[in-house]
Amino acid sequence: MENSGSETDTVAIIDPRHAAKQLIYERIFRAATLSAAILVLLILGGVALSLLRGAWPAVSHFGFSFVTREIWNPVTDQFGALAAIYGTVVTSLIAMLLAVPAGFGIALFLTELCPPLLKRPIGVAVELLAAVPSIIFGIWGLFVLAPVLQRHVQPWLIGHLGHLTLLGSLFKGPPFGIGVLTAGVVLAIMVLPFIAAIMRDVFDTVPPMLKESGYGLGATTWEVMWNVVVPHSRVGMVGGIMLGLGRALGETMAVTFVIGNAHRISSSLLAPGTTISSAIANEFTEAVGDLYTSSLIALGLLLFLITFTVIAAAQAMLRRLERRGFAV
Amino acid sequence: MQINNRIPARLAVAAAAAALSFAAAAADISGAGATFPYPIYAKWADAYKKLTGVGLNYQSIGSGGGIKQIKAKTVTFGASDMPLKPDDLKASGLLQFPMIIGGVVPVVNVQGIQGGQLHLDGATVASIYMGDITQWNDPKIKSLNPKLTLPNTAIAPVYRSDGSGTNFLFSDFLSKASPKFLSSIGANTSVQWPTGIGAKGNEGVANMTTQTDGAIGYVEYAYAKQNKMAYTLLTNKAGAAVAPSAESFQAAAANADWVHADSYYLILTDQAGAKSWPITGASFILLYKQPTDSAPVNEALKFFSWAYQDGASMAAELDYVPLPAALIAQVKKTWVSEITSGGHPVWSGK
Amino acid sequence: MTRRTLRKAKNGIFLALSLVATALGLACLAAILWTLLSHGLAGMSGHLFTQMTPPPGSQGGLLNAIYGSAVMTLLGILIGSPIGVLAGTYLAEYGRDSRLSTVIRFINDVLLSAPSIIIGLFVYEIVVVHMGHFSAIAGALALSILAIPVTLRTTEDMLNLVPIGMKDSSAALGAYPWRTTLSVLYPAARSGIVTGLLLAVARISGETAPLLFTALNNQFWSTQLNAPMANLPVVIFQFALSPYKNWQDLAWAGALIITVTILVLSISARVILALLQAERGSGR
Repeated sequence: MENSGSETDTVAIIDPRHAAKQLIYERIFRAATLSAAILVLLILGGVALSLLRGAWPAVSHFGFSFVTREIWNPVTDQFGALAAIYGTVVTSLIAMLLAVPAGFGIALFLTELCPPLLKRPIGVAVELLAAVPSIIFGIWGLFVLAPVLQRHVQPWLIGHLGHLTLLGSLFKGPPFGIGVLTAGVVLAIMVLPFIAAIMRDVFDTVPPMLKESGYGLGATTWEVMWNVVVPHSRVGMVGGIMLGLGRALGETMAVTFVIGNAHRISSSLLAPGTTISSAIANEFTEAVGDLYTSSLIALGLLLFLITFTVIAAAQAMLRRLERRGFAV
Repeated sequence: MQINNRIPARLAVAAAAAALSFAAAAADISGAGATFPYPIYAKWADAYKKLTGVGLNYQSIGSGGGIKQIKAKTVTFGASDMPLKPDDLKASGLLQFPMIIGGVVPVVNVQGIQGGQLHLDGATVASIYMGDITQWNDPKIKSLNPKLTLPNTAIAPVYRSDGSGTNFLFSDFLSKASPKFLSSIGANTSVQWPTGIGAKGNEGVANMTTQTDGAIGYVEYAYAKQNKMAYTLLTNKAGAAVAPSAESFQAAAANADWVHADSYYLILTDQAGAKSWPITGASFILLYKQPTDSAPVNEALKFFSWAYQDGASMAAELDYVPLPAALIAQVKKTWVSEITSGGHPVWSGK
Repeated sequence: MTRRTLRKAKNGIFLALSLVATALGLACLAAILWTLLSHGLAGMSGHLFTQMTPPPGSQGGLLNAIYGSAVMTLLGILIGSPIGVLAGTYLAEYGRDSRLSTVIRFINDVLLSAPSIIIGLFVYEIVVVHMGHFSAIAGALALSILAIPVTLRTTEDMLNLVPIGMKDSSAALGAYPWRTTLSVLYPAARSGIVTGLLLAVARISGETAPLLFTALNNQFWSTQLNAPMANLPVVIFQFALSPYKNWQDLAWAGALIITVTILVLSISARVILALLQAERGSGR
């Protein structure tokens, strides 16, 4: 098509005033979207800064010993984060130990065993577990799970495992029903759907050709799973696990109801304890005194650092997977 | 070209604007603090709202929270069972006065034990909470209760995990009963309990104690009464075993010398008298002496005045002890002289 | 025992375990939903939607809490989703693979999984302390910060799914990116973006921790934005931990309401996405 220099043909499209207005709108729109995007950065920066500022009095007063001391005494204004850190780590660890194998099992079932008709409903059901708000897990844990644990499971654990040499110290103490173990179990149920969903998605991206090759050589389903799918999905699995860990570390409401709120470290899993987030949730509105409030914010800062590290590492891994061409 | 998903958004915004307002509504008083008096404050608020239309939004977040919020000026008044020391009051420009008197009661959840059956004393309770006594059939408990069969269950002490005036009263009593408790734990709204489970608010302790087999907790008597919990008898200063009731709380408060108490700072635990309940305490209200916004403070004072007068019978139903008339008169005089704005008293009554 | 039988046995064991795991997971969901239904329905009454939260021992409902949650969730979405949508648009249309975009995507994903109590602390520090009191607007702001990452991620993903041919056609007609986005991309990605909004609503309506120190609670009816406002999650928190039967019943009823709402939203989002994918699959 001849594009001659005749300006009368194209005057409607290149009316300079119209074009100029369009350009202004473009600049505005672009600026608006860019500002929104930068706002996301600013929010994270703002969170980090405000936490630092709020935590400063405690950090400067206690120094590094804040992280290594167990004491939490509002009367004498002595605070240490060790009990909260311990509780956070142990409950998350228990949650991971329980949820990862279970999530793996569910993902295995959904990708290999499940009849196609049931795949969608079961998958949706597992994901619906993720949609349940954490406070529901908390009250369910307190009113349903804790009494069951107190009356049946914990006495069994104490009776049968409590007297063993090493392992026994984990299961000593009166059966309170609530405590570190209960919190870990509730967290496990909370984190399970995330891990299961991510693992299933990662398993789904394994090229069928690879699996068929394995079957073609006479491998059983499990052998294909363990020797083909898992190595292929390693990065995605680790990313999913770490994402679940990040979730478990920061969970507040599910844990607050059943952890027992005791700023103490105990070797027994049946003892009450505290986590960073439940300590903040329980004590923040009532903390009197600058050092107390600042110590709680310092706990928040610690949690922010821990979860940031874990989640950032997880996201890095998952993105590496994405860029290699596999959707997650 | 019209983007037709802007219309629903516009409708939503309009609906939201219609349903919301930024303007101040009819004066609702806001208060926060002690869970100790919460049952009676809630009852009073309900009745007062029906009577006058003025609502009292009271958040029972613990005495520690009440002190914090009034110091941060986020509420009209704070409520605390631990009275602030006169220096603290002067430094923050606050005034405190007693509103109601009640008692803190140990409650237990032990199989076979009903309310009023178990008898304990301060030293034993202190030992339980220090972790020195761990089983219900411990000889020390048995010696106080020779006629009761106590099971071989582990004791699960339940304590307050939030800043609490009830906690202050309880730990104060235990400090007076046991020198070891005083030196290792002490008395305050929040202390470092060496063993047991923490729960939030009087409500949380009551709930946790009811849920956990073998538990012992401490709650304000109204909570024990309303929830039919198994309260214990205590040995008081005179050596007598006494049950919690309005009479025993009143007996403890009878000898209190409010006239000479600087800023009404008075602790009523471990009072003399054969009938006195050893963990009695007053719950205090904290207000600013020179409030920046005097209208809500005036509304609050009108509410308190009504509560002193017409709320007394409701308080008695829940086994709280209303203040004696002389004390009420003294408090009202303090309102007139101390709570001022621009030189005039804020309170519009007399 | 031949190697073959050993392998088969191993296979059988692990597959059986995976079945057990799935059954356990489903059993947990069933147990929780069952408890919710039985306790929640027991706590339901006509008064639930007509009366305010009562003092202990008296009859009442959850009207002020439901209203408060609805208002703060709505405000949170109104504030947060435009930011999320615009930012997602930037990442999909302008930033693409630039350094800045990579960083923003990364930060967004971190915010997506960040503990919500930290956000609550943040809003407390910058809003509640400065305003001098708790308020519904502070609560809404905290919720909006939680809504942004969800809407950003879905918007970017959905915009990227629009066939590139549509973008190119629009550009060929001389349209600037803003015009293309508004007139072509948003309508095409409409269902996806709405799904993102639904997911964001589902996410923030169940959150308790960020509201604990921002909106606080209010036992009375309140429509004021700059005052504490009742909300379902904090009411459930308070009532469930109390020893009063009427409060505990209300807590369960409230829990049931929240869960049903969120499940309905999640399922709707899923259905819309499935319809969307079916549309694409049929080659539109």
